Amino acid sequence: MLDDRPAQGSILYLDGVTVSFDGFKALNELSLIVAPGEMRTVIGPNGAGKTTMMDVITGKTRPDKGDVLFDGSVDLTRLDEAQIANLGIGRKFQKPTVFEMLTVAENLELALKCDRGTLATLFFMATSEQRDRVAAVLGTIGLRDRASLPAGRLSHGQKQWLEIGMLLMQDQRVLLLDEPVAGMTDAETEQTAELLLEIARDRSVVVVEHDMEFVRRLGARVTVLHEGSVLAEGPLETVQNDHRVIEVYLGR
Amino acid sequence: MGPVLSRLLAIDDRRFWLGFGAVGILLLAVVPSLNALPAGHALNVPDYAVTLLGKYLCYALLALSLDLVWGFAGVLSLGHGAFFALGGYAMGMYMMRSIGGRGVYGHATLPDFMVFLNWQELPWYWMGFDSFWFAAAMVVAVPAGLAFVVGWLAFRSRITGVYLSIITQAMTYALMLAFFRNEMGFGGNNGLTDFKELLGFDLSRPGVKLGLYTASAVMLGVAFLVCRFIVGSKLGRVLMAIRDAESRVRFLGYSATAVKLFAFVISAVLAGIAGALYVPQVGIINPSEFSPANSIEVAIWVAVGGRGTLLGPVLGAFAVNGAKTWLTGAAPELWLFALGGLFIVVTLLMPKGIVGLAAQARERLRGRPVPLIEEKRNA
Ligand SMILES: Nc1ncnc2c1ncn2[C@@H]1O[C@H](COP(=O)(O)OP(=O)(O)OP(=O)(O)O)[C@@H](O)[C@H]1O
Ligand SMILES: [Mg+2]
Repeated sequence: MLDDRPAQGSILYLDGVTVSFDGFKALNELSLIVAPGEMRTVIGPNGAGKTTMMDVITGKTRPDKGDVLFDGSVDLTRLDEAQIANLGIGRKFQKPTVFEMLTVAENLELALKCDRGTLATLFFMATSEQRDRVAAVLGTIGLRDRASLPAGRLSHGQKQWLEIGMLLMQDQRVLLLDEPVAGMTDAETEQTAELLLEIARDRSVVVVEHDMEFVRRLGARVTVLHEGSVLAEGPLETVQNDHRVIEVYLGR
Repeated sequence: MGPVLSRLLAIDDRRFWLGFGAVGILLLAVVPSLNALPAGHALNVPDYAVTLLGKYLCYALLALSLDLVWGFAGVLSLGHGAFFALGGYAMGMYMMRSIGGRGVYGHATLPDFMVFLNWQELPWYWMGFDSFWFAAAMVVAVPAGLAFVVGWLAFRSRITGVYLSIITQAMTYALMLAFFRNEMGFGGNNGLTDFKELLGFDLSRPGVKLGLYTASAVMLGVAFLVCRFIVGSKLGRVLMAIRDAESRVRFLGYSATAVKLFAFVISAVLAGIAGALYVPQVGIINPSEFSPANSIEVAIWVAVGGRGTLLGPVLGAFAVNGAKTWLTGAAPELWLFALGGLFIVVTLLMPKGIVGLAAQARERLRGRPVPLIEEKRNA
């Protein structure tokens, strides 16, 4: 229940967030609270504002109004993308964006959690633990034999995994994943679900997804977005039986 | 510094060091020896050719500096001629002041053009330029300062692509107009010339010309290794990542602004040093060095050689300027058409320049498909 310091104890806190593009409200008084260690899935029709919500949290888009707080108190609307990333929020994009010219291992190395200052990066030498970490993540995402291949040569699904691997390398406290299984086969989707459940054990994860089978598999609390605000929230079964949700999304 | 040094030297890369050593021997031992042969000898490299090579080496350094930001970070500066000219002016100011009382008007401190303009005393910004080391510091500091300010304003506002190119063109154009004005105190239209000596060495002596050529070759080698170190580091991979997907880099926690600014400032310093080595060899610096067309020409050298490689800009600078020297002798009116045509051909037919063509030919010989990616990242 709301008390006078409602953000306290949350890892992500959005309240009354509005974003408009040329008068069109992509987010309209959106409020959402994610607890530390929680996994949350966000669903909703195309154009509901799911990606825009992630843009707001990661500093890509400034909201017209509303509060966006990290860890109960850090105002994210005042920080830029790099500062927010260094605070501990990582993101996987809807359209997989890996660095195509760099190898798979180099992509992971760039994501590695370490001092990201310019001079520190110039003189960076990987320690043996850091190399082990890259090797371990390569194994986790199943790309060990692709390590020295340019990322541009990977298949769509492999790029998705590489991006997830980059999130693992960053070792963030909050992960935002925008449609992580789009374009994956059923088997790949199942593997991704297992991986995410594993990852979610010690951090907060927000997953946007259209694939209802995948959402069910994650078994997390579901938030339904529609026209920029929350239409319903709760366990999947409850949400699925909500007639408004069926009308705007599931029943299409 | 141990591991850093070992990476700078990257001893394990035998092929690179063999090539680097061979070019070094050619430039620093073979050319001077052939220059020492008696004038009539068939293999003699005449003094004018040494100076011409020295000029090309400075152009190669300028092209290399542009490639660091354009080829690796995707920042197409069309104002690198300005950094080159500023370095040149700083060196020119030192050489003007070291003329001392030997000028036409015989004034002890004022350069001839100031006496001509009836100036009574040296402007404050000419102070200190009687010292070579002060001038050398300015060769580095002035381009670095300008690059820092322009880069900071542009990168912070996330100005990229063609807008950045236009801003840098405007920068060099504005400087050209400013330096054309007599009141600026840099010799106006005529610029700085009639230099006599550098560090006490008589600039008209062939041995001194050979020395300047040698300094240019050594500097190009050092700059090449510095660029190789940057490009081969994790920062180099961040630069390439910025080139491919800048916004993604920010979400990983790197300040793309700071990284690009770093590369831009280093690049401007290298361009300034190139200008400082160039001016004593050609004996003049005037505002036309700031002309926007000059900066565009540098981009053409890089494109012809192959951007995103370290060898490319060096080859491109030699190839295009060699062609220019030849053609402006044979049919000067054709040069601009040839340059324009070359640019179109390279853009359409050889997007990876000479270096890309060479790699393609090598792969064809081996009967393997051309890798689109790897070769781009090797020097
Ligand atoms: N930069 C922008 N400029 C203008 N309109 C935008 C911009 N970004 C998003 N929109 C609009 O805002 C609305 C919400 O977009 P958003 O990408 O957040 O939807 P989504 O829920 O992620 O949809 P999808 O399921 O298709 O990914 C859409 O109508 C979209 O066209
Ligand atoms: Mg979306």
